[in-house]
Amino acid sequence: MIQQLSVFLENSAGRLSELTRALGDAGINMHALMVADTEQFGVVRIITDSPHKAKEILDALAFSAKLTPVVAVEVPQRPGGLADVLEALGRSGINIEYAYCFVEPTGDAAVDVFKIDAPNAEDVLRAAGFRVLEESDLYAPDTA
Amino acid sequence: MPRTQLEELQLKRLQDRLRAVYENVPLYREKFDAAGFDPDSLVTLEDLARVPFTVKDDMRSAYPYGMFAAPLRDIVRVHSSSGTTGQITVVGYTAGDIDRWADLMARTFASAGASADDVMQVTYGYGLFTGGLGAHYGSERLGALTIPVSGGNTKRQVQILKDFGVTVLACTPSYAVLIGETAKEMGIDPRDLPLRIGVFGAEPWSENMRRQIEDLLGITAIDIYGLSEIMGPGVASECVHQNGLHVFEDHFLIEILDPETLEAVPDGEYGEVVFTTLTKEGIPVIRYRTRDISRIIPGSCACGRTFRRMERITGRTDDMLIIRGVNVFPSQIEQVLAGVPGVARHYQLVLTKKGALDHVEVQVEVAPDFQFDEVRELERLQRKVKGDIESALAVSINVKLVEPKSIARSEGKAKRVLDLRNEQGGA
Repeated sequence: MIQQLSVFLENSAGRLSELTRALGDAGINMHALMVADTEQFGVVRIITDSPHKAKEILDALAFSAKLTPVVAVEVPQRPGGLADVLEALGRSGINIEYAYCFVEPTGDAAVDVFKIDAPNAEDVLRAAGFRVLEESDLYAPDTA
Repeated sequence: MPRTQLEELQLKRLQDRLRAVYENVPLYREKFDAAGFDPDSLVTLEDLARVPFTVKDDMRSAYPYGMFAAPLRDIVRVHSSSGTTGQITVVGYTAGDIDRWADLMARTFASAGASADDVMQVTYGYGLFTGGLGAHYGSERLGALTIPVSGGNTKRQVQILKDFGVTVLACTPSYAVLIGETAKEMGIDPRDLPLRIGVFGAEPWSENMRRQIEDLLGITAIDIYGLSEIMGPGVASECVHQNGLHVFEDHFLIEILDPETLEAVPDGEYGEVVFTTLTKEGIPVIRYRTRDISRIIPGSCACGRTFRRMERITGRTDDMLIIRGVNVFPSQIEQVLAGVPGVARHYQLVLTKKGALDHVEVQVEVAPDFQFDEVRELERLQRKVKGDIESALAVSINVKLVEPKSIARSEGKAKRVLDLRNEQGGA
């Protein structure tokens, strides 16, 4: 499991920009950013190269940040790549709460990120032949 | 004290005060004359119904010394109301008044379960506000070790609470929450401290909030009541049974009146609280309309005191909001929020107009421990808060979930309502 940074934001002008500037100023690089938004508020999900440090910085700036463990899987960049992963999970009756993908600029594989509330998800994916990413694949684990 | 004996004492003191104000305060003489009321004609407590009321504007127009019934050379201290709604009002105390006030505050703390063995941190503001010095003198009269911290600098409050082994905290209930939250942020579990009693007043709070504070701080939280126009804190206090505030009826007469007809309502029914002071020399106040809404709790208290109990203040006639024709007290919202897991008790009510219609937005903080990664959970929380508030108020509202700790914390009285309806220029 890797640590995703989740930030609760009010829907107000400039708040997301403050968030990203704060991380930028701290020299924290982002691999992926996704906003789940409703009319009233948003939840920003970020994969960074130092999640614990990012959370500390955001805490100090009165942002509401949490770390959420998510499953990250490397999938080959070809048609049907994601579908294969989802089928593997589906066969084991594992439900996905949300998912998103990102592509590292240097790599030829994409990374699919899943929020899954099943302890055996990573084992299922490995057994199906997928490469599940560890923290060290994305960042030097930086326990706060 | 048996009721009959109490009522004899009340009548004698009332007659005495009525004569004093008639002779010494032109405003009362004019009022009484205009109403055709002769102070000597009052022979029973029921006759009080014929006496004219005193209102906040009377106190304001008498600024600064117009209401004083004793010469300034006999006045040893003044305090004032906060003046948040306009001109401040000045109240004066003779040495005798200060002495009685200290007794009444000592009585308040004793009712709360405190004694000379306690260490009391007084965090009400010191100065013109009656809270700080009122509590201070009472705590000393009780014989408690008294720490006059006054308000502000919350981290220092926590440090003193911890280092000085404080057992009784006197402050506003919302500040007690801030102190508790601050302690936790400082890595101190307030439940581990020797603190055992909180004596809270100066703003309305709910039963739910009491339970939250008691849980947060690991204490017994006692509600007290007073207002600067009448004396300051020490007009009424809960006992350890926490079942209504015993009114100190040997010094204050309480009436509960229908705010429209100004007729007395039966015990148990809600109305406006009206007080008459029976022993004050500096500023005796006759039938003061407090604007506070409460009721007399019928029946006797397990503690054995014969003083009647008023319920905690449920709202104020002038805080009461009329939203789409419905009477709304902000305290109702607080009550609801305290019962919903996942949100903080902090909220702000923003009133605007959309066309001719009132629009209500309740901004509510998501609790810091809420698992907010789940958008569906957040939406469910929002719907729950909206539904619960709507059923409590009978008004449709919007709920805006805001970031934890984003609503301003108050060190004194919390400001909960932002009414912009008249600032938008026409409907």
